[in-house]
Amino acid sequence: MKKAVFQMEPFSCPSCVKKIEGALARANGVQKVKVLFHSNKVRVEFDEAIVAANDLQELIEKLGYPVLNLKVA
Amino acid sequence: MNAKQTVRVTAISAILLAAAIIMHIAGWHDARQITLVTSTLIAGTPITIKSFKAIRMKAFSIELLVTIAVVGALFIGEYVESAVVTFLFLFGAMLEIRTMEKTRSSLKALTDLAPLEARVMRDGEILTVSVDNVEIGDQVIVRSGEKVPVDGPIISGTATLNEAAITGESVPASKMLDDQVFSGTLVEHGYIEVIAVRVGNDTTFARIIELVEEAQESKSKTEKFLERFATIYTPSIVLLSVLVYLLTRNIEMTLTFLVIACPGALVISAPVSIVAGIGNGARNGVLIKGGEVMEQLAKIDTIVFDKTGTLTRGRPEVTDVYGLGIEKEELLRLTAEAEMISEHHLGRTIVKEAKKRAIHLSNQPEDAEVVKGNGIMATVEGKHLAVGNRKLMEDQKIPIPSEMEDYASQREKAGNTAIFVSISREITGIISVADQIRPEAAEALAKLRKNGIKQMIMLTGDNRHTAQLVGEHLGLDEIYAELLPKDKVAAVQSLKEQGHRVAMAGDGINDAPAIATADIGLAMGEGGTDISMETADIVLMADRLDQFSHAYALAKATVQNMKQNTFFAVGTVFLLLLGVLLGKVFLASGMLVHEVSVLLVILNAIRLIRYTNDKPSNQKQSEVISDEPRITL
Repeated sequence: MKKAVFQMEPFSCPSCVKKIEGALARANGVQKVKVLFHSNKVRVEFDEAIVAANDLQELIEKLGYPVLNLKVA
Repeated sequence: MNAKQTVRVTAISAILLAAAIIMHIAGWHDARQITLVTSTLIAGTPITIKSFKAIRMKAFSIELLVTIAVVGALFIGEYVESAVVTFLFLFGAMLEIRTMEKTRSSLKALTDLAPLEARVMRDGEILTVSVDNVEIGDQVIVRSGEKVPVDGPIISGTATLNEAAITGESVPASKMLDDQVFSGTLVEHGYIEVIAVRVGNDTTFARIIELVEEAQESKSKTEKFLERFATIYTPSIVLLSVLVYLLTRNIEMTLTFLVIACPGALVISAPVSIVAGIGNGARNGVLIKGGEVMEQLAKIDTIVFDKTGTLTRGRPEVTDVYGLGIEKEELLRLTAEAEMISEHHLGRTIVKEAKKRAIHLSNQPEDAEVVKGNGIMATVEGKHLAVGNRKLMEDQKIPIPSEMEDYASQREKAGNTAIFVSISREITGIISVADQIRPEAAEALAKLRKNGIKQMIMLTGDNRHTAQLVGEHLGLDEIYAELLPKDKVAAVQSLKEQGHRVAMAGDGINDAPAIATADIGLAMGEGGTDISMETADIVLMADRLDQFSHAYALAKATVQNMKQNTFFAVGTVFLLLLGVLLGKVFLASGMLVHEVSVLLVILNAIRLIRYTNDKPSNQKQSEVISDEPRITL
């Protein structure tokens, strides 16, 4: 189990939160998603055997939200 | 589309709009129309893309409403409207993000304090590594002007540190051997070597940041209500607009209605205030755990304080040494040497005092015996010492001369604990120990009362004398002494049953049950002990009561601000819709007012960032002047 934190460009609307949360929650290998609207962060707990952090980043960017940096712990 | 591109697109559409105005004046009608359509398409494309992305995720977005309206406007040939609306929407969103960032600036200022690099000693070499690569047990070197990268004790060197990142207190603290230092604090002068005990995400600093981030996300009741409202509101506006069209057959009015009804200002009106308020608290050393706590805190009318460690420093000090036929220093030395084996806090206080006076403690006590709750007995330098309270002297059948008894009770009435010292079964001295009332307590309590607290009560396990003294000094309404932790819980419970809204302030562990029972639990952070930080609703990071009075005033100001924003946002939308239906407000002008209202809501929240309780006039102002009167619709 790994924990990734994506630092995003400033979110402008709370509806972005729902979009990102929904899409990530549906992704394979993702256990827990939390979008921190006010700190512009996305926290994901995922199983590294099933999915890589870079794939998740790609998924978020496909939704239209550029990722500034990624930290995996 | 990233932020840079948005700026570019917005700028291009602004230039095109300006060009269209010039063409209009010059009378080039066709050129004007082409320019307007071009502008609409350029600014409209990113909006449309975003709305489709949202549809794919089955989310209903404001972009979708705007897209429908713009397509409609193009369809009926209202090119001015379509161009202005797309431009305003992009420009407004851009300004919103910029200003919204301001409301988050307090937290950002905190995270910017995070250390990036560390100098560690490995295999006799000094290496500079990223903080992420420091390991527990590493020996870390910090010089003047550098940030401490880990939590841990100093093993060598001395320094003055600015601990504002942890405590909100910017007066530097001096630290030496064995003192704890924290990640994120700044060495102003000096040089220290620290052993890394907590690193990375486990440091107090990292946990504070995480708690504040989570606090900002946790929604207040008002926020939750507004969000529920918005989810019903948006679809019902779509239905209403269909109704408007069916009744009026006026496409333009219908589209205007649709766009103007966007719940923009409504949705952000409460969160921006809360975020700004929590940020202000964090910067001033108060951790307020979320919007709900903020709303509760503003309603508090009764505060229950624990005494030791909350109203007082919780660190007893020797206030007087009184010897009978013996030098004070000598008395203190012998007593301290005997107390070396003691684990009782009073015993430790005496040892600390002796060390502070640079008295050399060389003798080991022999035949030492701890009489639980009463004192100790030991032999030092062949002298038999008994150190403790009256009960110990009585048990040992050591007579207390009346002169000493008078002195002892006089010290006790002044709030001290009198410790009797006997050498070879004869009373030779009294050492007075007292816990000091926090220096800022009186003023902080007065401020709390001024800001609307009706009742302040002290609950303590300590003796009646001392409790009475502290209570009178601080002007508390009621004092209950000699209580057990479960009595404290019962007291808080009964206050709640009487209909009071109760905050309980304690120093963490023994008060935890009462803190959990109260409507709002406050804990002294003591530089971040685990239990207090996790369980309490509010943590005072620097253990200072004036932070509490600030938090209370801040909570009231924040709730006030939130109400202003909500009323303003609801009022604006209502008036605009009314204007649309009466045919007074059109798409472009309505959009302008709508965007302006969003910005005003954010600007109003930004005022909270600089909110201080110190200037009484300031608070008055925030109640009287809201942003509402500035706009006329």
